[in-house]
Amino acid sequence: MAKLLTTEQMAEFANSGCLFFDELIDEQTNKEFLDDIGHTDIDEVDSVQDYYRNIKATSSIPRIPAGAKLKDAYPKGSPLEKIFSHEVVDGAIKSLVGSNTIIDHQFLHITFPTKYFKQANQRQMSQQNHQDSTIDPRSTFDVQLFYFPTEVTKAMGGTRYHPGTHLRIVNEFGIAKYQNILGQKSIVCKPGTIGIFHSGLWHGAGVNFSENIRYMFKVRLQPTEKQELLWDPEKKYQPLPNRALYWTDESKDKTINDILMRSYPWQEADTNRLDKINVVKFWRLLTGHKKMDVDYWLTRIENELY
Amino acid sequence: MAKRQKVLVLYLKLPSLEGEVISWATFDGTGKKLHMTGDSDEPPYPTGLDALLDGWRLFQASQAIPEHPGQEFRTSYLKHEFFFEKLEEGDF
Repeated sequence: MAKLLTTEQMAEFANSGCLFFDELIDEQTNKEFLDDIGHTDIDEVDSVQDYYRNIKATSSIPRIPAGAKLKDAYPKGSPLEKIFSHEVVDGAIKSLVGSNTIIDHQFLHITFPTKYFKQANQRQMSQQNHQDSTIDPRSTFDVQLFYFPTEVTKAMGGTRYHPGTHLRIVNEFGIAKYQNILGQKSIVCKPGTIGIFHSGLWHGAGVNFSENIRYMFKVRLQPTEKQELLWDPEKKYQPLPNRALYWTDESKDKTINDILMRSYPWQEADTNRLDKINVVKFWRLLTGHKKMDVDYWLTRIENELY
Repeated sequence: MAKRQKVLVLYLKLPSLEGEVISWATFDGTGKKLHMTGDSDEPPYPTGLDALLDGWRLFQASQAIPEHPGQEFRTSYLKHEFFFEKLEEGDF
């Protein structure tokens, strides 16, 4: 039975563009995945190309045509089929992109440690910040689901990401010139962790300074239905009434609206307000409440009398 | 003695050098240090003005471009971009 996301989790996703489920996948499945891809010590790796060639030749990860249904994609009993059948993974996918989601693409990202680059006499560089995969002005969104079969330590780099950037429309590596962005985070996690990114979230692969190979299996999923209240089929969500602005009442409890209105340290003073407006617009689409507002951001400027 | 250029790019919270640094990039033409994406979590200076006070010379700043009609709420790249340089002499 799929465990759908809560409204709080959906608000977190709407605001930050990402969700994480720590140590969700069990140790046995992680081991099966690593065995299946032939995980080995870095000393056994001659070249990146040969390592990928071997995984493609021997693992159970199938070639999936773009647009294929997720539900038929992975062989029965394979580690990936078990992962996508997990009630939390299944529920998160259904909540965000629906029950009939299709696969855009998948890839096993492998980041090699320093030792490999020294042996190969290559410069070891991090991946620049980017947004997958091209400029995307849709209101519809895709998600990218990440699976980490091993522990990712700080030394291993991890996937760098920038919470709250998902609604900024840019063109792929057009953001590569930002080497560092205030509030940047890296995914440092335990084995079996699942991350889900809005397809617009800015990110890049960090440098692996450890002794071990880092893996991240990624699948991009597209919806085939409107992404409205998919997590709340009984339509229980109701927008909250207006609250006092600036001269605020600190005695009130925190609400969903506080999650939606969270700011990030990288936001400019002026554009930060547009970022908030865009989160409200996104929340209108997700909830189907086309006039709802948070903290009067849209009501104020929709009061057009001429 | 040869001269090499070091470039510092700061993105600020405001379109003024008094604005706090929210993003930064460094490119070192002397070859002494290889900077790369994600290499520091703390900005090199609190504000653009602090970079000037430390001897960086401003050579380019982003313009104020009015939002296109109908696109007023569209957000995209970081807006307030300032390019600085330092020239260093040495045997490179």
